[in-house]
Amino acid sequence: MVPQGPTETLRETAMQADDPVLAPGHNFVTITEKVIAIPLRRGTPLWWIGVFAIAFGIMNVMLLVIAYLFIKGVGIWGVNIPVGWGFAIVNFVWWIGIGHAGTLISAILLLLKQSWRNSINRFAEAMTIFAVMCAALFPVLHTGRPWLAAYWLFPIPLTMGVWPQFRSPLIWDVFAISTYFTVSVLFWFMGLIPDLASMRDNARTTLVQRIYGMLAMGWRGSARHWKRYETAYLVLAGLSTPLVLSVHTVVSFDFAASLLPGWHTTIFPPYFVAGAIYSGFAMVLVLAIPLRALYGVEDMITMRHLDNAAKVMFATGLIVAYGYFMEFYMAHYSGNPWEIFMMTNRSNPSVGPYAPAYWALIATNIAIPQLLWLRRVRRTPWMLFLVSCVILVGMWLERFVIVITSLHRDFLPSSWGFYIPTRYDWAVFIGTLGLFTSFFFLFLRLMPMIPAFEVKTLLPEAKVHK
Amino acid sequence: MAQIFHRSANSLARFSILAVVFILVAIGGALSELQRSSYVTRQNEVRVQTPPFSHQHHVGGLGIDCRYCHTSVEVTNFAGIPPTKTCMNCHSQIWTNAPMLEPVRASFREGKSLRWQRVHDLPDFVYFDHGIHVAKGVGCNSCHGDVDNMPLMTQSKSLLMEWCLDCHRAPDKYVRPHQVVPERSGMLEAQKDLPPEHRDEGTIERQQAEYALFNARDQVFNVRYQPPSAFNPITVKFERWKGHEGETSTFTDQASLGRALIHEYNIRGPKEITSCNTCHR
Amino acid sequence: MSESCKTELRREKVNRLVNIAPSRLDLETVRQKLASARGKHYWRSLEELAEQPDFQELLHREFPRQASEWTDEVSRRNFLKLMSASLAFAGLTACTRQPTEHIVPYVRQPEETIPGKPLLFASAMPFGGHAFPVLVKSDMGRPIKVEGNPDHPAGNLGTDLFAQASLLDMYDPDRSQAVTVLGDVSTWGKFLESLQGPLVSQKPLKGAGIRFLTERSTSPTLASQMRAVLLAFPEAKWHQYEPVNRDNSRGGAQMAFGEDVAAQHRLENADIIVSLDANFLSSTENPQFLRNAAEFGRRRKADLKEKINRLYVVESTPTITGAKADHRLPLRAFEIEQFARALMAQISGGGGDTRFGNFLSALAKDLTAHRGSSVVIAGETQPPVVHALAHAMNDALGNAGRTVVYTDSVEVSPEGFRGCVDSLQDLNNDIQAGKVDLLMILGGNPVFDAPADLNFNENNQQLMKVPLRVHVGLYQNETSNICQWHVNQAHYLESWSDARTFDGTPTIIQPLIDPLYSGRTMHEVLTAFSNQPGLTSYDLLRAYWQGQHPGDFENFWRKSLHDGFVPGMGLQPRQVTLRSRDFPATSARSAGSGIEIVFRPDENIYDGRFANNGWLQELPKPLTKLTWDNAAVMGLNLAQKLDVVSEDLVEIELRGRKLKLPVWIEAGVPDQSVTVQLGYGRTHAGRVAQGAGVNTYRLRLSDAMQFASGAKLGKVDGHYQLAATHHHHNMEGRALVRAATVKEFEENPRFAHQELEEPSPGETLYFNYDYSKGYQWGMAIDTGSCIGCNTCVVACQAENNIPVVGKFEVTRGREMHWLRVDRYYTGTYENPKTHFQPVPCMQCEQAPCEVVCPVAATVHSTEGLNDMVYNRCVGTRYCSNNCPYKVRRFNFFLYSDYDTPVKKLMNNPDVTVRSRGVMEKCTYCIQRITRARITAEKEFVGAQHAYREIEDGEVKTACQQSCPADAIVFGNINDRNSRVSKLKAQPYNYSLLADLNTRPRTTYLAEVMNTNDELTGPDLMKEVENKVVTQEKEG
Repeated sequence: MVPQGPTETLRETAMQADDPVLAPGHNFVTITEKVIAIPLRRGTPLWWIGVFAIAFGIMNVMLLVIAYLFIKGVGIWGVNIPVGWGFAIVNFVWWIGIGHAGTLISAILLLLKQSWRNSINRFAEAMTIFAVMCAALFPVLHTGRPWLAAYWLFPIPLTMGVWPQFRSPLIWDVFAISTYFTVSVLFWFMGLIPDLASMRDNARTTLVQRIYGMLAMGWRGSARHWKRYETAYLVLAGLSTPLVLSVHTVVSFDFAASLLPGWHTTIFPPYFVAGAIYSGFAMVLVLAIPLRALYGVEDMITMRHLDNAAKVMFATGLIVAYGYFMEFYMAHYSGNPWEIFMMTNRSNPSVGPYAPAYWALIATNIAIPQLLWLRRVRRTPWMLFLVSCVILVGMWLERFVIVITSLHRDFLPSSWGFYIPTRYDWAVFIGTLGLFTSFFFLFLRLMPMIPAFEVKTLLPEAKVHK
Repeated sequence: MAQIFHRSANSLARFSILAVVFILVAIGGALSELQRSSYVTRQNEVRVQTPPFSHQHHVGGLGIDCRYCHTSVEVTNFAGIPPTKTCMNCHSQIWTNAPMLEPVRASFREGKSLRWQRVHDLPDFVYFDHGIHVAKGVGCNSCHGDVDNMPLMTQSKSLLMEWCLDCHRAPDKYVRPHQVVPERSGMLEAQKDLPPEHRDEGTIERQQAEYALFNARDQVFNVRYQPPSAFNPITVKFERWKGHEGETSTFTDQASLGRALIHEYNIRGPKEITSCNTCHR
Repeated sequence: MSESCKTELRREKVNRLVNIAPSRLDLETVRQKLASARGKHYWRSLEELAEQPDFQELLHREFPRQASEWTDEVSRRNFLKLMSASLAFAGLTACTRQPTEHIVPYVRQPEETIPGKPLLFASAMPFGGHAFPVLVKSDMGRPIKVEGNPDHPAGNLGTDLFAQASLLDMYDPDRSQAVTVLGDVSTWGKFLESLQGPLVSQKPLKGAGIRFLTERSTSPTLASQMRAVLLAFPEAKWHQYEPVNRDNSRGGAQMAFGEDVAAQHRLENADIIVSLDANFLSSTENPQFLRNAAEFGRRRKADLKEKINRLYVVESTPTITGAKADHRLPLRAFEIEQFARALMAQISGGGGDTRFGNFLSALAKDLTAHRGSSVVIAGETQPPVVHALAHAMNDALGNAGRTVVYTDSVEVSPEGFRGCVDSLQDLNNDIQAGKVDLLMILGGNPVFDAPADLNFNENNQQLMKVPLRVHVGLYQNETSNICQWHVNQAHYLESWSDARTFDGTPTIIQPLIDPLYSGRTMHEVLTAFSNQPGLTSYDLLRAYWQGQHPGDFENFWRKSLHDGFVPGMGLQPRQVTLRSRDFPATSARSAGSGIEIVFRPDENIYDGRFANNGWLQELPKPLTKLTWDNAAVMGLNLAQKLDVVSEDLVEIELRGRKLKLPVWIEAGVPDQSVTVQLGYGRTHAGRVAQGAGVNTYRLRLSDAMQFASGAKLGKVDGHYQLAATHHHHNMEGRALVRAATVKEFEENPRFAHQELEEPSPGETLYFNYDYSKGYQWGMAIDTGSCIGCNTCVVACQAENNIPVVGKFEVTRGREMHWLRVDRYYTGTYENPKTHFQPVPCMQCEQAPCEVVCPVAATVHSTEGLNDMVYNRCVGTRYCSNNCPYKVRRFNFFLYSDYDTPVKKLMNNPDVTVRSRGVMEKCTYCIQRITRARITAEKEFVGAQHAYREIEDGEVKTACQQSCPADAIVFGNINDRNSRVSKLKAQPYNYSLLADLNTRPRTTYLAEVMNTNDELTGPDLMKEVENKVVTQEKEG
């Protein structure tokens, strides 16, 4: 465990007094009991079955559409020349962005000794993994010949005797995403081990016992185990930390490295990362708020959590706002005619057909989130929930504006065009929401969504023998 | 608390970690082998042809020049498969009623084409030109193997892109001269320079016998061509190598011969001939 | 060119005495199969043949890569199987082995045929009767490309788009494929028998009941045959009809000179050109188009080697000729006669006419200042009197003999001059009077395109009562539908015949392939009447020319076939005397009142004969950029009056006849005038033509064939989506096309370089290639010479196996043309200056597409090209996103036709047929470069046999070779003396979007216009305000 100095302990206990990260009245036993009970003791609640059924259905519709996509070709989507990238890439960037919050919470906040993250990091990381899975779908699906793209983008010694083209940001993506996914999965699983062990120990049937047993990898909670565990966990945290920044930076290069007005901007890396965390925390809140109510874990995911998350979200939101402003400013300050036209076409309804999307984006991503200045909003779950939803929409719109409005009118007016998403575009987009939800619900049902052992460290008695 | 797993589970677990790694590596290796395997490339696969035409007999045995049948090999991209007429040129005289040749006669009678199985079949997006390869001194058997030992034609090279690139990245490894200067003495010189214990009179005999056949013809079409060596020096008279026109020099290794021929045949540099548009359009 | 090179060409242009039909055997089986087919199933039964080994043989015949019909690593069928398997497994498809292929050699190899070596044959495309000389490239006995015949005395450089597209027509599986009687398949023999009865009974009547209805023709052989037939049947009558014809110009000549003479214009000698509604740069109107384009193009080059001519255009609808005008005056069609009279008056000293502003006076002044070096050309759509006036003006200006010469008419026609409409009317009268027993409709489609008031269709009882009605044609069309017998005609690429070019030079038409569907020629049909049964058209042709050329016939014949024309037989200029200078006004039909409807042959499908040609249907029209449809093209004012926008529907009412048409708003259309294109709305055409456009012939009346006043238009409910490829009118203030007047040019030769320019070479993060050695290919496109005729686009499509995607895909912005012609306007919306800019791949030296491709499927070659490796492409489309010129095209679906066997024969075997999911783009015709390089590298020149370099002009890209105006120049920019590097050295040479530092290899030569100072020319700096043409959709 992260060693904590006495002063800190004082501060924490002081804070906990008025605004605890763990409601009083818990002890080692109750915590485990409560966390373990969710997957092991309580049955499957009706709302779970309902939501899961719907999500799973949606996911299967998507799978059908994907099969059709492979048979017919990517033309079933609305993409065309000049708009070569459509929903697929919008969704890709959106999902990968959402993933970031999880890693930030579990890795960076860990290193920053933000003990309040202890109770939310587990499901946040799960969210990351599922989000990355959704994201990773799109780059493959949107290619013309996925059955080749699936492996030609990796540096494998094939019989062609040629390598991929390492100058292309898409290749960087391949590495960024695959690394990110691997590390996230490892980190998440590593964190699960001790709790899996207690699942094993509390399991009632041998089958369940054996399954969790295997997953627990023979964890016996001996001091040696704990020592090794702490080290490994820290190392992985260290590995993930740079990824939080690098992955979305690389994704932003997909655009920044091109010469297209609206893509070709140096502000992109920071502003994409900020955006990623922004949408990520929005998703965390959108998940956390109903969960704490439904599973009655308000005592572990407290107001303090919501408040902190909201603050982080708001801060990054302001950075994003700054990004928007800079885009606008640079376009006019540079005096570059292409840039100026791009901004006009984006924002002026009388010129650009997609201007409404832009203003919707400003409203959802900048205007409405200003409510978060108010403590009341941050501390009223349903309000916070709504704002977070709005932000998720806004961040999707941001990617839509960046991808489509920049492409549909570039340099030669003769080749300007429009992008109209087809029903297959929507099917795959909504399908990934289904996929995400289904996987996340399976996680809720089968895994301890709150890291019991880490929450325990928040107990006063845990601090004693420090 | 009762044990859930037998204690062997521990070692099993440890082993499984290794196993996963091993299996991944194995699969990778298998795939990489598969894509180069003769199952995929159809290398050395014997194709049944009717009639069962034997290059061994016609080239090895009778010593017919490649160009007698593959007439357009120097002119166009396609070497040319002989029309039935070409077969009948001889077989209206010899083996006139060999049952084996009935299909040929039938084809000639009924004016219905023979139907051969394609042996060397590049993908349709590869644009290969025989003419230029021949002109630049790439020998027939460099790509088609020892056809004079093939009762039925087989594809002796993989024809994979990496195989093409092997030569295109360093043509000097393979190119050969069209004409060589008859150089019996040259070879004997080479022999003289050797310490006695290395002199091999047998080789000399054999090689001298081959020289007659060897020197006379266009080496590109010589299926018995051997790259130069100490025992088999090759002398070439240059005609187009800027500044070396008319010179004659003897080579005892492919490397130096290749380098010289690059100039003689004005073969473009590796960068040029590995430009994608060399083969793909 | 070096000797070796010349001989090379000559060897390829061997004449064609030995018949090298491809695998006759197989075609026999095709025929047998088809003979058994019934009803509408010919083409299907043909496609069933795909499985036939014989047909496979025809495809594979001793050919290394069956026309490069490229599927993915697996054959397409396997691929679909795989796809149904799991995604993971699909990843392994590259490991799937090559399916076994077969080689099928000849039994006896024809002499000239060397597998893989194409041959060129001289022939000619008959179009509107006139011959368009062509060279046809034949690969293994399959015609695969049509080029112009530069050696022909008619003096053309390239071809027109119809010649380019005619290739597709020949292979069209929808072509009629058998002789049919009442819809059932019959045979040629049965047809001949069925004619015998009527002929015997007609003999005593001297054929009084026989009527021939042909299209216009210039064929000497056909003429002599008709003469013979009419001798045998003196009472029989021969009528000619084509909906688009030269009645007016012929009538004009009659009016002016009292005889049927034709005017040939010599634009090379003209400093001032005046067009009175004459679209003389378009083959839809002028048989001299190719020569006009060549001469006009030469005199519009900014190098000022020759004085730039000045073009005044007065026109009733925007045309490409008007687009090139230095001064353009949009008038309604009926006003142009008044204009002509006024101009005549001013030239002959009169004046004070102010109706047409100072345009008229300035023009008249300019003309009188250029006596003998000016020319007035009247348009085919204008009544005879305007032509007569034009003749009179040319006479008054002393142009006759200099810029315009007169010859006998090349057209062969029945005795005594009758215009097409009159001729058809005569026929119709006879039919009404029941005088007709045997109606032979030889070609054409009168049922579809006859004037509406003649009611020449199935509703015409008398017509349907004609005992025997025979139709001979390429297609089963509306006309064959009302005839008992239909004889399937052979395409010109399949038949022996002859025709004359506009200058009278007889041109031999020779077959490139045995008739795919055993079609017959007109000549063979006529043998039935001159009882020479069994004579082939080859015999007839040979016989005729033997008669013309006794003496050493063999050599004469060989040479004529080889060169493609009979030398020294062009029509000689002759003296004509003007009968009068003032001509009676045409009985103007209620001139002026109401809205005027102008009928024009469509720029793409002409009079409808090309309706089933996908290449032409999908071609964006030069100005409207519409594909797959026709529309009511009108100006903005009228549209606002009618309260309609583009793609709304209007109902046109003209003398009681009503027609619904979609609206298209276009710049430069005269107010109160609507232009409609002819030829659309076919009811009995192939699969391609189905549902394309509206039949506007239903409004066309015999007394108003070209334009009619007094129409009423009303908006009707509904929206009709049109597929335009170019929605924008202006350049958004970007210097994309650059133009100046001669004066501005002389003051500042570098006028084209005042915009954002290239940064210095160092300023790039991209890899700097070494361009100092070897060939470095480049292209210069002269926007001054370019007439926007679209020929290059079709040529590119033919050369590079570019697929047709269909209207719906075009509306989604997925057209596949590698080369597009951009169209921009400057000046005012009512009367703009139109700029054309052909945009192929720029082959950037610092190419943005290359760096972003993850799999290196688009890479830089050592010769400065952006290679596109289809088989490596996985289709991320990133390259297209990053291409500032948007010249890349993507196979969103499987657009290439893998299923129609005949189409495979048409493919260029040197170019990969792209599968779906793959990016493609212009390659500077890399296949042509490679072929030339290989040829050169195998040859030696000079005493010490140095290796030969590719000479300048040895490699011509398809677009360059087809360009009739010589606007595209391609070559090695490392060679200081090549044409292209000389052009690129000019001050008015500029690169598109230079400031992006892409360093394009394709550059443009700015247009220099020769405006008249007394007139305010188009403001080249001022852009038209963009009128958004379609309702833009929300994303």
